[in-house]
Amino acid sequence: MPGSEIVAKIKQKQIADLISQGTRADGRGLTDYRKIAIQLEPIAKAEGSALVSLGNTKVMTGVKIEMGSPFPDTPDEGVLTVNAELLPLASPTFEPGPPDERSVELARVVDRGIRESKAIDVEKLCLIPGKKVFVVFADVYILDYDGNLFDASSIATLSALLKAQIPEYEVRDGEIYLKESKVPLPMRSRPVSVTMAKIGGKLVVDPSIDEEQVMDARVTMAIDENGNLCAIQKGGIGTLTRADVISAMQIALEKSEEIRKKIAEAVELGQN
Amino acid sequence: MSILFERRQLVTPGELLAEGDYISGDNVYRDGDKLYATRIGLADKSEKTVFVVAIKGCFIPLPGDFVVGKVVDVGLSGWTVDINSPYEAMLMASEAFERFNPRRNDLTDFLDVGDVIAAKVLAGDRARSPLLTIRDIGLGKISRGRMMTIDASKIPRLIGKKGSMINLLKRETGCQITIGQNGIILISGRSSENEDLAVLAISKIEEEAHLTGLTDRVAELLRTEKEKRRSQNVTAETSGKAN
Amino acid sequence: MLLPKRPERLIDENGLRLDGRHEEELRPIKLEVGFLEKADGSAYIEQGKSKVLAAVYGPREAHPKHLALPDRARLRCRYHMAPFSTQERKSPAPSRREVELSKVAEEALHPVVFTEYYPRTCIDIFMEVLQSDAGTRCAGITAASLALADAGIPIRDLISACAAGKIDGRIVLDLDDREDQAGQADLPLALMGTRGEITLLQMDGILTPEEFEKAVDLAIKGCQKINELQREALRRKYSVAKEEAEEEKEEK
Repeated sequence: MPGSEIVAKIKQKQIADLISQGTRADGRGLTDYRKIAIQLEPIAKAEGSALVSLGNTKVMTGVKIEMGSPFPDTPDEGVLTVNAELLPLASPTFEPGPPDERSVELARVVDRGIRESKAIDVEKLCLIPGKKVFVVFADVYILDYDGNLFDASSIATLSALLKAQIPEYEVRDGEIYLKESKVPLPMRSRPVSVTMAKIGGKLVVDPSIDEEQVMDARVTMAIDENGNLCAIQKGGIGTLTRADVISAMQIALEKSEEIRKKIAEAVELGQN
Repeated sequence: MSILFERRQLVTPGELLAEGDYISGDNVYRDGDKLYATRIGLADKSEKTVFVVAIKGCFIPLPGDFVVGKVVDVGLSGWTVDINSPYEAMLMASEAFERFNPRRNDLTDFLDVGDVIAAKVLAGDRARSPLLTIRDIGLGKISRGRMMTIDASKIPRLIGKKGSMINLLKRETGCQITIGQNGIILISGRSSENEDLAVLAISKIEEEAHLTGLTDRVAELLRTEKEKRRSQNVTAETSGKAN
Repeated sequence: MLLPKRPERLIDENGLRLDGRHEEELRPIKLEVGFLEKADGSAYIEQGKSKVLAAVYGPREAHPKHLALPDRARLRCRYHMAPFSTQERKSPAPSRREVELSKVAEEALHPVVFTEYYPRTCIDIFMEVLQSDAGTRCAGITAASLALADAGIPIRDLISACAAGKIDGRIVLDLDDREDQAGQADLPLALMGTRGEITLLQMDGILTPEEFEKAVDLAIKGCQKINELQREALRRKYSVAKEEAEEEKEEK
């Protein structure tokens, strides 16, 4: 895999030792997130956009909405496509080129969180059943990699979708006429993902880049506002015990609520 | 302290073999006070060491090993040799002949890509390419014979106790058989039928290396096969005569 | 993932599913070790109508050289579906799904491989889905684990994998394609057979925390059953010769 860096053994030891004592190298508690900043609509040309910083990790999601054909097995539903780019400028370990397995995994995990929770009301995106629907493109751009791309991307994508707008339209004689006026993209749910890394037998929330390099395994869980799990992805070359999995679920249930509140503050009450 | 298997029992990776103050031998790893198998094979114990005789495994060259290899690349000062190991070996020019002058001697004059050599391992560890030499009696380029590859872990069985198995084979097939510790075998006989016989026997040994009574069964196989061919020859002669 | 036109109920009042199975029943599984000759290790699995072939090459020199790791082997895994494996022909070019599944499959198998025994080499694992009826990544991992053992690569444990899911509100084991398409959740899981640690965990769908816990436990049970089948398959391969040898002895 391109870009795997060798970690100094004393650094590994330091991180593991601190965690076993209940703290982390940057002073956080095991279940603390880094500072989250959400900037909405930085890109006026996009239908929706958001720039999120999670500690020093920076992710921008731009949403473009176009008209297109529905999938044959869902003729009266709109379409969602999520793509992610690990931009070479974001890290010395990212190389230019076609999407590698990390960016594919990232996009698909973010996609599943939104899709399975039915966050977008895709039935309301149908223009002419079987022929024309709105297609929502969410492009996740990683600008600065300092750990936990999953959560940063998922916050950025949800925020961008919540601010996205679609044109109002009329259908006359089988033709679609778009109006000048716009309405918000119809959203039904606000899924939030929480990523935890397993280090020295303990679970830590929102791993930093150093923690990701020494972790045994990570698990990302997406939770909707009803407390249901809608997407889960374990990653990393280590293992989880059954107890880890249940613990992770409990932590995710709690922390997703906090994150959801932060997103609501930004979206409903203006920038933060 | 408990041993959880019968001697020479077939075990699979991850199977718990023993608990307690035992030493982990070949193909066994210890986690806490539990010992597990890491490969398929026959579990056994010798005093306090629990080990598994693996049925299959790759060849890791050790200094002193006699190997048969194939040249796959020619470099500036030596050749890269495939010795059927995870690691490609190097034969430096200085280990092939006395004096090497790069301006006057072209390496490909001596060994070219595709040549087969009998060599000895000089040095090798998992971090570097193994080094070979052909500057000893019995080593060097091989120009004829049939090549066969078997799993390197079966070679000891092919040789047998004090050479009992290999001597049986040589005697019954009349072939010259050179055994590389890396699982590559060279067979050279008076006729290709004899060589076929040797190949048949060696294949059987590879498949049944982990079972008892093999020497007898191989002797039996050779006997019946030679009978078969003798009667076929007789039939051919008779029908030939009839014509 | 509900289709507008759903089939009849996926599970009836008696707890019988469309193919007649009960909630906790696995599909019929067939395992064969050493299916291929050229590969260093191989295994073939049929799980219901899903058919996957797994092969292992290695350890071997890493090519290109810059891929080599100084202190351990590099593990590469390719999950790939044959164009004829699905109802509609699938393009042979790797899809994004195959890219993701290759990654998660590698991460599911990596924890058991003693990569530090073979620095600077590559161990390649290939999973080819010949026929897909859901559960192919799990079947592939189960077969690949046998292929690693068949290749004689030292491993800490066998890995078995299985998916649990939710259909018509009920938690069931080993979804087939109809159940996966029309169901409400799919949870693939891979487990170390003896040590019980989880190496793959994914979920998509909607599950309450209680349903999630139930599904995890059910998938673990399924994996344990599959692990027994794996060990049987390995023993069968090396005991057949033993039986033949005993027969030969008796005939004399």
